[in-house]
Amino acid sequence: MRNFEYLAPTQVKAAAQALSEHEGVTAVLAGGTDLLSLMKQRVANPQRVVGLRGIRELHGIAKQGGGMRIGAMATIQDLLDSKAAGAYTALMQAAKGITSPQIRAMGTVVGDLLQRPRCWYYRNGHGLLAMHEGKSMVPNGENRYHAILGNKGPAYFVSASSFAPALIALGAQVTVADAEGERQMPVKDLFRIPGAEGERENTLKPNEIVIEILVPSVSGWKTATYEVRQRRLLDWPLATASVACRMSGNNVRDARVVMGHVAPIPWRSSEAETALKSKGLSDGNAEAAGKAAVAAATPLSGNKAKVQLAGVAVKRAVMLAGGRSVV
Amino acid sequence: MSSNKPIEGSVEGSGAEQRKGFSRRTFIEGIGLGAGAVGSVVVTDGAQADHHVPVGPDPVSITLNINGKNHDLKVEPRVTLIDALRNQLDYTGAKKVCDRATCGACTVMLDGLPAYACTTFAIEAQGRKIETIEGISAGDKMHPVQQYFVEHDAQQCGFCTPGFVMAGKAIVDKNPRPSMSEVEDGLCGNICRCGTYVGVRQAVYDAAGKGSA
Amino acid sequence: MATKYDWPAVEDRSLIGKRHDRVDGPEKARGDAKYSYDRNLSGMLFARLVTSPVPHGRIIGIDTSRAEKVKGYKGHVNILNPGDEIQWAGKEVLAIAADTEEHARDAAHAVAVNIEKLDHWVKEEDVKKAGEANRVKPAKDDAKGPDLAAAWEGAEVTHEGYYGLGVITHCCLEPHGQVVDWTGDDIKVYASTQAVARIPADLAKGLSRDESIGRVEAGQVEVITPYMGGGFGSKFNIDTWGIACAQLSKKTGKPVKLMLDRNEEVTVAGSRPSDYGNVKVGAKKDGTIVAYESETWSTGGIAGRGSPPLPYIFDNDEKLAQKIRHLNVSTNIGPARAWRAPNHPQAAVLTMCPLEDLAAKLDMDPVEFFKKNADLTARPEVYRYEIDKCAEMIDWKNKWRKRGDSGSGPVKRGLGMSLHTWGGRPHDSTCEVRIEPDGGVSVSMASQDLGVGTYTTLSVVAAETLGLDIPDIRINIGNSKLPISGASGGSTTVGGTTASTRRATVNALEELKGVVAESLGVEAGDLMAKDHKIFAKSDSSKSLSWADACKKLGNRTITGQGKQPDRDGGKLNDSGVGGVQMADVSVDTETGIVTINKIAAVQDVGLVVCLKQSESQVYGALIQGVAWALYEESIYDQTSGKMLNADMEFYKLSGAGDIGELEVHMVQNKYDDRGVIGIGEPPAISPGAAISNAVANAIGVRVPTLPLTPDRILAALADA
Repeated sequence: MRNFEYLAPTQVKAAAQALSEHEGVTAVLAGGTDLLSLMKQRVANPQRVVGLRGIRELHGIAKQGGGMRIGAMATIQDLLDSKAAGAYTALMQAAKGITSPQIRAMGTVVGDLLQRPRCWYYRNGHGLLAMHEGKSMVPNGENRYHAILGNKGPAYFVSASSFAPALIALGAQVTVADAEGERQMPVKDLFRIPGAEGERENTLKPNEIVIEILVPSVSGWKTATYEVRQRRLLDWPLATASVACRMSGNNVRDARVVMGHVAPIPWRSSEAETALKSKGLSDGNAEAAGKAAVAAATPLSGNKAKVQLAGVAVKRAVMLAGGRSVV
Repeated sequence: MSSNKPIEGSVEGSGAEQRKGFSRRTFIEGIGLGAGAVGSVVVTDGAQADHHVPVGPDPVSITLNINGKNHDLKVEPRVTLIDALRNQLDYTGAKKVCDRATCGACTVMLDGLPAYACTTFAIEAQGRKIETIEGISAGDKMHPVQQYFVEHDAQQCGFCTPGFVMAGKAIVDKNPRPSMSEVEDGLCGNICRCGTYVGVRQAVYDAAGKGSA
Repeated sequence: MATKYDWPAVEDRSLIGKRHDRVDGPEKARGDAKYSYDRNLSGMLFARLVTSPVPHGRIIGIDTSRAEKVKGYKGHVNILNPGDEIQWAGKEVLAIAADTEEHARDAAHAVAVNIEKLDHWVKEEDVKKAGEANRVKPAKDDAKGPDLAAAWEGAEVTHEGYYGLGVITHCCLEPHGQVVDWTGDDIKVYASTQAVARIPADLAKGLSRDESIGRVEAGQVEVITPYMGGGFGSKFNIDTWGIACAQLSKKTGKPVKLMLDRNEEVTVAGSRPSDYGNVKVGAKKDGTIVAYESETWSTGGIAGRGSPPLPYIFDNDEKLAQKIRHLNVSTNIGPARAWRAPNHPQAAVLTMCPLEDLAAKLDMDPVEFFKKNADLTARPEVYRYEIDKCAEMIDWKNKWRKRGDSGSGPVKRGLGMSLHTWGGRPHDSTCEVRIEPDGGVSVSMASQDLGVGTYTTLSVVAAETLGLDIPDIRINIGNSKLPISGASGGSTTVGGTTASTRRATVNALEELKGVVAESLGVEAGDLMAKDHKIFAKSDSSKSLSWADACKKLGNRTITGQGKQPDRDGGKLNDSGVGGVQMADVSVDTETGIVTINKIAAVQDVGLVVCLKQSESQVYGALIQGVAWALYEESIYDQTSGKMLNADMEFYKLSGAGDIGELEVHMVQNKYDDRGVIGIGEPPAISPGAAISNAVANAIGVRVPTLPLTPDRILAALADA
């Protein structure tokens, strides 16, 4: 890890002012569970680290309006302990999937959204796009955990966030601050598929800070998250799905289906949503939604199994939302 | 580098993060800056140390509260809590194994919750209550988790043991009657290579509700 | 022939074979045990390695000029030099020392190594492709037993299949490395090693190649290793980093710590070779196996490796026709090192899996099938007994179903089994036991405790012999200046060290008995030590407490010597054990995820010294087995030639929540007269084959290669 200078302001504005507008020069530190690893690998090499721990307003989770506010320093454990969060089943199930008590206590919900991809080419210093002699090493390389959707290239990594699919399904927004002020945007708009080496997988500017997540009320919605993990505990999911269905009687009026770990961004499946619309949350409809979600998948040389796993994740998330047991 | 103005230019990065506009004037490899500002740090009423102005990259004076005792030391901002504990303060119970927030060998308690010391900057542990394996027994009397570790032979090479003991303590601190499945959940942030889990989970299960050392 | 050294008869044992707390348990549970990594010596420097990012190449130049200007830099030594060839990514090139760990990393990062790249190859499963890359060499071609063609002719049911398992790594939690403190002529080495007594000569030899240092004698070196954090077969040598660490200490005049980081540990400090192959087996309709034929291949890095002992266990040369062909694939990956039971886990997979498939084809219950064929093994009685015992433990009778008969839901349950063997003969060992006038007893030898329980087994043997308790014995091991004892490898330690300890303790006690006999006016031969007393068997009123007996020594200390081997020292050991394991798993056929419900293990090791620690060895082997059966795999990328998961995140080990219920039965009081036989390796052999067989039983098809990951299971189901 390269050395850096450190500061820990007590105001968001001061924190934003301390950030460089240039990529990679400064880094924002919340829980640190990803940043420290990136720095040790010399994948991130900030000259200055700005710690958010001292900014009181960024801590905590609270009801706000009809919804909930999650501050940038709120940890996964805070979320699990929060009364305000209890109604957001999809979010809580996603939180429970992050099983390490240490990560829960240290890692923040916002940090989960902004963690960099776990792609092993990237983590081993080959760059986010893993380019070698003009082409990506991924499509014919070791890609068992890589993308099956949104993988036309040159990006093949998968978004690693546990919470993004749930938050997108729940229609959440983030508030982003820089030295000049604040702006809000849907969680979905935080993510993008980079088109060239040097671009990131999120849309934040280097001198911006996500200061909070705002989750709207889910009254009238049924929501759920299902993760396919090889190991029951402490393992990255192979595929996840979060669903949120606004019900009209027994039928789905609106559906949001978002998959994780399948594409360079959290992948919203309009196909699966269409498959659910105006129908009940039966096992058969769940199965159909799962099939639809991966109908357009284009697996790489070694990740065909993920197509099935993502479909099963969607199916089981729908079944859970419908209050059914999954196996 | 002593004001909190934005830093101009970009770092000389590896691979993906490489950008133009790097200015050697501002930063050279993080090494030998010499005249860089060394902030002296004031810890105010148990709260986080005040770092309004940037400190480092040269060593910074900090105070860490470990097992109820304050320790003054000087660390570069990049020094992790595990390295500060082990290399500077000779608290060698917590181990450095994966060094990437996965295996739990470095587990300490921060403000009563288990944390990976390998993935915490020492400078950010100021003002927080740090508890290590060295602090949980009372003289000769071991903490119940430790006693049951011995009784159930929950250790072989023992290198993961302090981390598991701390994770186990975190479980029983919070829940006096955990189910075996809750014990497994609470231990999942730790990894043993010799394969001691049968004893470990039984030890933690039995230690629950038995108080402290 | 009976001797005075023989193990006490079962009715005379108060400690041997019983459950005891680990002697070093409290120190480890408190975090007080000082490992090599924990040594902080005054003025100590930190060293880091500079390693090759290139899997195959030739060093053109090494430029340390920038590194030498790094703050805190104290010195460096080359491990390789310009012109030297590199054969795997992560190969160590240079070691560099600085005042702090952070500065050492800075300095290592500032070294520029210029390497000319050469063609590399890191894949072996596709042996045809490896052959096209000119990486395949024949290693073994062997035929045994009755005529093979006739055997195939006579086989009524045959089965042919492809099986295998990938390369895994030791991933010791305490990485390889050491602290070296070179002061004057004395070289103290705090090494994380399985071979305390062997390291001095190893290091002296390595250092003597350095002309600037000149000749170094083994006697100058003292290795200090009271505790070490896992080896599993990978820590027998000082290695390049140990020599470099000593050179740095000499050069800087300071103690130097050089421990590998996790990436280095996983990449270069040990791996277990893969094995893949096509196997054909045949049997009579009644289940009698008549032929085994295999063509297998494996990689253990650039130098290749030996071949697995095939067919495994069922290898009777008179009854079974056998033809074995093995190929070595040379790859640019970190070199293989011994891994608990070298070659045996692979051989178990390549034998027990095809045999279980054959049993399914024969429509036979594997329990019956393996029992029927036990006559093809070296110890039919042991296996038959163990199979029955293990079947009872896992409730085989009620739970086992034929393949494809596991219900209609997506989750299928299945049972599988495997058998194994290992030698476990004792290594050479010398022991010195001292009895002090104050009653103190110490046992000393240059052995080591890898976590297997050496402190405890030696305490038990000495205390049992002297009629004392475990806490009365002080164990001095982990220092190379003590009487020489063997390296801990191949399950040889418990046999060797307990034998030498028994003999030394008996000898020391004899001398004490002589003193006591004079004082009590009885024959020394009439005296017995038990319950902290020495008394006359013929008249128990003639008795001295242990403390009083020792006081009679005046100012003299008794020193008893014992060694292994010892031709006149009785039969305290043997070699060759059997074990059986059975697994009960559930498989989610929609996700391909395997859950372990239970694993049962029955293990014979002759005379069990410490029951609790023996069981711990078996539990540990099963837990490691769950990992390599389901999760563990070193993943190498052909383009970059790197191991991509050299970490503990995607190099997956099992956790406390992955292991289900484990039940271990140590066979006791049945083969005790064979003496003490090693236990480290045997239980580590069968888990993969047993779990693979259980999965095949659950889902009705064979998943050919381990680890049994979801993608492989789904692919096998799709192909079915």
